[in-house]
Amino acid sequence: MSDIAERVKKIVIDHLGVDAEKVSEGASFIDDLGADSLDTVELVMAFEEEFGVEIPDDAADSILTVGDAVKFIEKAQA
Amino acid sequence: MRRVVITGTGMVSPLGCGTEVSWSRLLAGGNAARKVTEFEVEDLPAKIACRIPFGDGSDGTFNADDWMEPKEQRKVDPFIVYAMAAADMALADAGWKPESDEDQIATGALIGSGIGGLEGIVEGGYTLRDKGPRRLSPFFIPGRLINLASGQVSIRHKLRGPNHSVVTACSTGAHAIGDASRLIALGDADVMVAGGTESPICRISLAGFAACKALSTQHNDNPEKASRPYDADRDGFVMGEGAGIVILEELEHAKARGARIYAEVVGYGLSGDAFHITAPSEDGDGAYRCMQMALKRAGLTAADVDYINAHGTSTMADTIELGAVERLVGDSASKISMSSTKSAIGHLLGAAGAVEAIFSALAIRDNVAPPTLNLDNPSVETKIDLVPHVARKREINVALSNSFGFGGTNASLVLRRYKGD
Repeated sequence: MSDIAERVKKIVIDHLGVDAEKVSEGASFIDDLGADSLDTVELVMAFEEEFGVEIPDDAADSILTVGDAVKFIEKAQA
Repeated sequence: MRRVVITGTGMVSPLGCGTEVSWSRLLAGGNAARKVTEFEVEDLPAKIACRIPFGDGSDGTFNADDWMEPKEQRKVDPFIVYAMAAADMALADAGWKPESDEDQIATGALIGSGIGGLEGIVEGGYTLRDKGPRRLSPFFIPGRLINLASGQVSIRHKLRGPNHSVVTACSTGAHAIGDASRLIALGDADVMVAGGTESPICRISLAGFAACKALSTQHNDNPEKASRPYDADRDGFVMGEGAGIVILEELEHAKARGARIYAEVVGYGLSGDAFHITAPSEDGDGAYRCMQMALKRAGLTAADVDYINAHGTSTMADTIELGAVERLVGDSASKISMSSTKSAIGHLLGAAGAVEAIFSALAIRDNVAPPTLNLDNPSVETKIDLVPHVARKREINVALSNSFGFGGTNASLVLRRYKGD
């Protein structure tokens, strides 16, 4: 896993209080990791803070899985 | 109207996590006041408080993780965590776990708080100022709102009946129990999870209450001497924190399932001083009318009252309340015991009335009046037994609990021993 993926994973584990093994690349925040809509807003805020990127609302709406987040951040930092 | 009884209690108090541990320590003369060490207090006039005993959950300590997952705690102010703990305890104590549609819809929640998530609001303000609106958590609002104590408790326990809250400063807990009793009496619910919760011990709160001259500031070096209701050397209240929750239940509903009954809620009175934003009216008329209304509703007279759990905050207002009680009880004064348990646990603001109603119910159960600590030198003479220093064993069948709040809002509850009639 890339450094970005590791950091995303750590944020997800901390915020959602889930076991590390459940946080796979394809894991959906809401369907697989027990997040609600407010949790996902807070997750996006945590990604912005950690990586110093801005994630506009329409982009945030398309970040549904761990992999979505990693891809967005990699692109934003490229 | 239908009759209402208390069938469960739960408490997080400065004397411990749990009703029985708090009560036994109270009767033994326990005193929770101490210097605040968790944040900077050197520049504050009041440097002391009655904090709940945080710990691993053993020996009466409070471990928040026992009551709410850490990731959920992060989203709310502590007043909600305290309410969740006290509500869990109270429902377990009552043995009430609504599972059918019918039972869930017949059970409601009415939990209040005086000021709610003050510290979280301050932190949110800093975030907005320093980092901008995009950094404000989506949990900022739902983690601070006062009625979210009722909301969170109802979600956890599937309470689908009336969902309500009270905000009447230091009368909150008593109003919550009184109003919830009315909902049951009128048939809107059969069971209510009711009470008050507060987590006010933070810099802005100590500074704010000191600014309006409400807090004790002359006993910082000797915290256990600071809360001294009726004593000549009292100089303000000591802030406390915690939650008190009772399970209120319609009498026949409780009997049908064989529930243990602590006491019956027979009277509830409310009044307004219409006088001043922080001071009670000097003639004590609001307090007098409030107690009188509660006794009238109970169908009792002042001569029937055995014990009064006073509002008694250790401020100048103590003697105003005492004067109102003397006017109320007249010739019965010498038969009444009246104490302020704030001498031991401080002033829990919106939780005070609920915690003190529980103490009143236990005073009836155990026939004992808890003590007024530090009452070395009463500032006025009275024929009423103020229970100085040590608890007093005596017959208690009827107890009255007073709560008075900023804004001139008064509430009195009357509880009576349930004798199976």
